[in-house]
Amino acid sequence: MEPLTSRAKAVERKPMTMWERMYLPAIAKGMSITFSHMFKKKPTVNYPEKTRPFSPVFRGLHVLNRDEQGRERCTACGLCAVACPAEAITMEGAERLPGEENLYREEKYAAKYEINMLRCIFCGLCEEACPKDAIYLSETFAPANYTRKGFIYGKEELLIPNPVTEPEEFAKAQGGRVKH
Amino acid sequence: MYQTLLSINFDWLLLIEKAVLISIIISVSLLVAMYETWGERKVAAIMQDRRGPNRAGPGGLFQPLADGLKLFAKEEIIPTSSNRLLFVLGPGLAMLTAMMTSAVVPWGSHFDLFGRHISLQIADVNIGILYIFGVVSMGVYGIMIGGWASNNKFSLLAAIRGASQIISYELAMGISIIALLMITGSLSLKTIVEQQQTGHYYVLLQPLGFLIFLICAFAECNRTPFDLSEAENELNFGYHQEYSSMKLGFYLFAEYVNMFISSAVMATLYWGGYDVPFVNDATFGQAHGQNLLATLQVVSLFGKIVCFIFFFMWVRWTIPRFRYDQLMKLGWKILIPLALFNMLVTGFLVLLKQNHWHF
Repeated sequence: MEPLTSRAKAVERKPMTMWERMYLPAIAKGMSITFSHMFKKKPTVNYPEKTRPFSPVFRGLHVLNRDEQGRERCTACGLCAVACPAEAITMEGAERLPGEENLYREEKYAAKYEINMLRCIFCGLCEEACPKDAIYLSETFAPANYTRKGFIYGKEELLIPNPVTEPEEFAKAQGGRVKH
Repeated sequence: MYQTLLSINFDWLLLIEKAVLISIIISVSLLVAMYETWGERKVAAIMQDRRGPNRAGPGGLFQPLADGLKLFAKEEIIPTSSNRLLFVLGPGLAMLTAMMTSAVVPWGSHFDLFGRHISLQIADVNIGILYIFGVVSMGVYGIMIGGWASNNKFSLLAAIRGASQIISYELAMGISIIALLMITGSLSLKTIVEQQQTGHYYVLLQPLGFLIFLICAFAECNRTPFDLSEAENELNFGYHQEYSSMKLGFYLFAEYVNMFISSAVMATLYWGGYDVPFVNDATFGQAHGQNLLATLQVVSLFGKIVCFIFFFMWVRWTIPRFRYDQLMKLGWKILIPLALFNMLVTGFLVLLKQNHWHF
């Protein structure tokens, strides 16, 4: 029969030679291979102490951004919720009251902002849809949780630390992906 | 009666000395067995490019303690259909036979402490090797009884496999030892070591015998590639499948103690035992004192043992398990004829030497 590809190779079925039947040379060869592995560099990373660097395009958990004065940027326009293919985002808008100008950047803000991390597919379309640079996907991923409810992230979890009062935490939460 | 007992001129301090020595050796074997479990996992990990246990303590050194604690805390289940007495006896017997072998191994020459001559051997029996063989053959009862008492067909199959394997490989082991005994002319392990201290290590005179002994030692210890009695993927754990808690721990521990003791026996028979390599022990002892020499000898023996234990682990993580027919073929058709050949050649050469031939 014609071989179907040029890479076909006939299986050798000739009996083993004396050298092969002695086993010991083959065993010695195998042992030298395992021994050489003792000196190889280990690809394992001691995970909780050390993490692998993420790629610059990695999309992790969402962050609700603030401006330089620490005011929330989100105006609860709902464009992210519309853009979301997984329908993971819900929000409730509220009007800014006099005296809250240091908390919210514009007259309207999100009183409630929830993302269901079990529905989210981390596509980043919310980030692209946002006209106010208010939502970003950061470089962290969702930690484990005991209940489904625990994966519905509210504003407490999503909102970035205040850059005025906690600049270090703010920089850490921003990571490498948020535009300044 | 009481008076006659006291009037017998008996060295009561010897009794204390031996009791202390026995307890030290038993605790050391247990400690070594504990750290063998750690070493095994570490060696396996390093050979597979992993890191191994590194959470409990520095470098995972407290891992054996955590494992032991876990085994003690586990629920102990004795199956209702099992034979209760034998079920409890099995692991105890496995552990007992594993520990008993250490009695005749010389761990060093002797210490001169408190004006006493303290030998580092529990009992210098003049039939030391026979004693080891006797005790090691009893080790098969631990497996047999455990497998039988579990009342589980997989355990029984494993027990039968283990028993036939150990009996088959004991033959080749015995014959390879006979060749060694032709050279030494003594069954006492102490005498064998003393001969090697002045002459050559017996591995140089008996390379084939050592190789056969080594392979058989693997089989006797139920170590890969001969671990058919606990083949996970065909017998889903073998003879200790029904065991839980510290009874399981005893079986696993007995395996590691066996490994330690058989390494000690191999080092003693073929690699000079407690002899310090590249040093003339007699002159060193006179120059620096007997106690320092004895300490060095113990360290040297343990160094050899650690090398052997590493070799055991190295082989385990390299070679896959034999099939049952391959195992039997290797034992009966290859090792026994080889050992017989080795015995005949050795006997011939010893005879020539006794008739004053020089070579």
